[in-house]
Amino acid sequence: MTDVVSFPAGASAKPARRDIGIKRRYAAERRFRAYGIAALSFGILFLFILLYSVVSKGYTAFQQTMITVPVEFSEQIIDKDNERATDPQKLVTANYPLIARNAVAKVLGVAETDRSGLRAVNQMISDGVRGQLRDMVVANPQIIGTTQTVSLLAAGDIDSAFKGQIDLSVSENNRKVSDQQVGWMNQLAESGALGKHFNTGIFVNGNSSRPEAAGVGVALIGSFYMMLIVLVLALPIGVAASIYLEEFAPKNKFTDLIEVNINNLAAVPSIVYGLLGLAVFINFMGLPRSASLVGGLVLTLMTLPTIIIATRAALKAVPPSIRAAALGLGASKMQTIFHHVLPLAMPGILTGTIIGLAHALGETAPLLLIGMVAFVANYPTTPMDPSTALPVQIYMWANEAERAFVERTSGAIIILLLFLVVMNVGAILLRRRFERRW
Amino acid sequence: MSTPLILLILAIIAVVCYVVGTRHALAIAGGLSSKLHSRPGYYGSFVAICAVLPAAIVLAAWLIASPLYINSTIRGGFPEDVKAKSEAEQGLAFGMVNSLARGMDILTLDEIDKVGANPAELRSALGAKGVALAGDPEPYMVESAGDLNAMNKISNRVMTAVVLIVALIGAGLSYTRISHRFRARNRVERVILGALVVASSIAIITTIGIVMSMLTEAGHFFGRVPAWEFFFGTVWDPRFAAAGAAASEGQFGLIPLLLGTLYIGFVAMLVAVPVGLFSAIYMSEYASPKLRSVAKPLLEVLAGIPTIVYGFFALTTVGPFLRDLSSSINGIATGDFANFIQAQSVLTAGFVMGIMLIPYVSSLSDDIITAVPRALRDGSLGLGATKSETIKKVVMPAALPGVVGALLMTASRAIGETMIVVLAAGVAARMQLNPFEPMTTVTVKIVSQLTGDLEFTSPQTLVAFALGITLFVITLCLNIYALFIVRKYREQYE
Repeated sequence: MTDVVSFPAGASAKPARRDIGIKRRYAAERRFRAYGIAALSFGILFLFILLYSVVSKGYTAFQQTMITVPVEFSEQIIDKDNERATDPQKLVTANYPLIARNAVAKVLGVAETDRSGLRAVNQMISDGVRGQLRDMVVANPQIIGTTQTVSLLAAGDIDSAFKGQIDLSVSENNRKVSDQQVGWMNQLAESGALGKHFNTGIFVNGNSSRPEAAGVGVALIGSFYMMLIVLVLALPIGVAASIYLEEFAPKNKFTDLIEVNINNLAAVPSIVYGLLGLAVFINFMGLPRSASLVGGLVLTLMTLPTIIIATRAALKAVPPSIRAAALGLGASKMQTIFHHVLPLAMPGILTGTIIGLAHALGETAPLLLIGMVAFVANYPTTPMDPSTALPVQIYMWANEAERAFVERTSGAIIILLLFLVVMNVGAILLRRRFERRW
Repeated sequence: MSTPLILLILAIIAVVCYVVGTRHALAIAGGLSSKLHSRPGYYGSFVAICAVLPAAIVLAAWLIASPLYINSTIRGGFPEDVKAKSEAEQGLAFGMVNSLARGMDILTLDEIDKVGANPAELRSALGAKGVALAGDPEPYMVESAGDLNAMNKISNRVMTAVVLIVALIGAGLSYTRISHRFRARNRVERVILGALVVASSIAIITTIGIVMSMLTEAGHFFGRVPAWEFFFGTVWDPRFAAAGAAASEGQFGLIPLLLGTLYIGFVAMLVAVPVGLFSAIYMSEYASPKLRSVAKPLLEVLAGIPTIVYGFFALTTVGPFLRDLSSSINGIATGDFANFIQAQSVLTAGFVMGIMLIPYVSSLSDDIITAVPRALRDGSLGLGATKSETIKKVVMPAALPGVVGALLMTASRAIGETMIVVLAAGVAARMQLNPFEPMTTVTVKIVSQLTGDLEFTSPQTLVAFALGITLFVITLCLNIYALFIVRKYREQYE
């Protein structure tokens, strides 16, 4: 094949060559190559378009428009008849949005008799101030009657308008903010009262029907519980199963069946696991709907094949000489595997596990079926409590009609992608740091 | 004692057994572990396993069996007129008894005396403690609840005693067996091996679980709706609004859903197959190692992005873009700026799904193309073929079976894909061939049938399991066939 063929000297005299279509063939070659480059660039181009569209829509979600004004905690409004000593409910049910509205109206100079003006002011403030001011008063009833400077959440539409996401050139009737409100918004912004602040709410708040108050806090906790359950169950079971199949299993019909089975389970559509969870864990075993425990179990079954396949590859990569040496020194087969083979295969196993976990973290479809689409605003304290998950939260927000939710959804996607990046980079580093080449 | 407490005690027993067993073995050997058959730790482990394993099995069996027994006894004790009622009402009554029992546990003796036998007062007293009842309890329920509590208490005490006795007996028996010659390691290893076997059979159990659960529920569905109406029906109209009304059962025709699934999958493959295959060919045959080391991971990032993100991308970026594009094309061509591509359409969903599938096609076929022996290429190049001719006429035909297998696996993914189609394909079940109109898929309907608030026994929800088993069977066949092809092909060169 590599023999050098020496041509006779006459060959260099270059007689007229017969046309064998070399030009055409080379053109075809170049075309073929161009197709390859085009295909590759198409894929990579769309990766960047996807990431760009998510980031450009979502980075504003990490900022939130706030209106910082002096708020008078008027005793007149909160507790007119001074009953708070006897009836603590009084402080909880007081009309806090009115206090906020009055504060903003005062700064804007809207008269107390101007009904429509006051209504327009009210629409500029999020209803989330109710909870915000209530918590302040309940924590410290002393502030009743005083005036405090408070940063109030602006309403979702004002937030969108201030971030320039609402086209103000459209006729006033066809958009959600009036010219009057835009004027006030600019007035407040010039005086420095209205401005963008870092949005901690998106990380800590629960779900809300108001975009400005909605966050992924509950979803993060739910996803965390599920990942924990997957890790605790899938890793030991997966490793044990792979050790048996790789090291002990005799070659017979049964192990063949398990093998084919695992390969098929890895390719079963994820939504089928959701049906399994619904039928077995919820209907048959009676576990609660929407609980992260059920979600974790379903994702465990889904991740198991991935972990088993990765672990078997890692075990296979440990050279037989290690086993032979351990056996030769008198170790039993079990000792050989647990003391020598498994530690050496660990980096590969952990890498596979992290990738499996990352996959489970982004999985949505099975969770929809076991009721994790429920509207959950409170933090779950145990895995048995109703909860939701990060990708499911994204799905729920994607179905919301309001403009401000598009931004929130993209923001939540950025958070999800960041988690995935961290996990995958971790897996890569782990592999680089500990992987041995034999 | 509560179950976690029992488990904690068992754990403590295990630790103690381990330490005692290890020490005892060493003491027998006079401190020289070389005189023992196994390392001392194995004796400790043996004692611990003998103590805890049978006890844990007894505990698990008891926890499963005793509620079943107690519940049937309590329900058997209901008055005859209650027993004559329907199954659902009996279940409701039993639920009441359960909450009553839970509530009466919280109440102090004084409070129970105060409430006496007045059911309405009992309800309000329980409500104050945070136990909500569905209705006023009847006297027989209070009685049953008392029985239930008493039986539960007895069962719990007996269970605790039995479990602990079993643990102690196991520990004692195994302790006496420790001697020089005793092969503790072999015993322990056999238990470990058993655990490994159990772990690996979970894969089988999962499959059986999937098939059984779906077959049972789908069986209920086919009890209401004839199978041939489901498999060959051409109209999908489950009539959510009329659910529950006996007169109007909906129509559950699979064909429009299946058609939508296959159509969207076909569009996705139209995008993914050429792009993925050419990327794979370019990366394995042409690209420099440097380019390959950058491009391959970048393409694989596409596979790591969750499908919900693709769905959102289709919904907010690709769909509106195609819609606006179609309206401007239409405007330029005819002067009428009406869009002929809907924002949710077969094209949108298929195109985005195609992008998602590119890395599956490319990395699977990359592996297969690289596995074609070098000698085949050298032979072709040596005969004067260009590189592209070699690829087209030698490498690809050799890799074809493997590539077909890879494409089948990708197709099964396209069929089972859920989130993209849920967000981008639409919900209208229609039979039509225009790719610019919305269609729906099997997976979309599984999600929409099961995320409602319908009771579980209605055909409207049960149909999801019939759809699920159809999906499972289709993807299973595709995968098994693909695996078969890949395996057969692999043998050719080895």
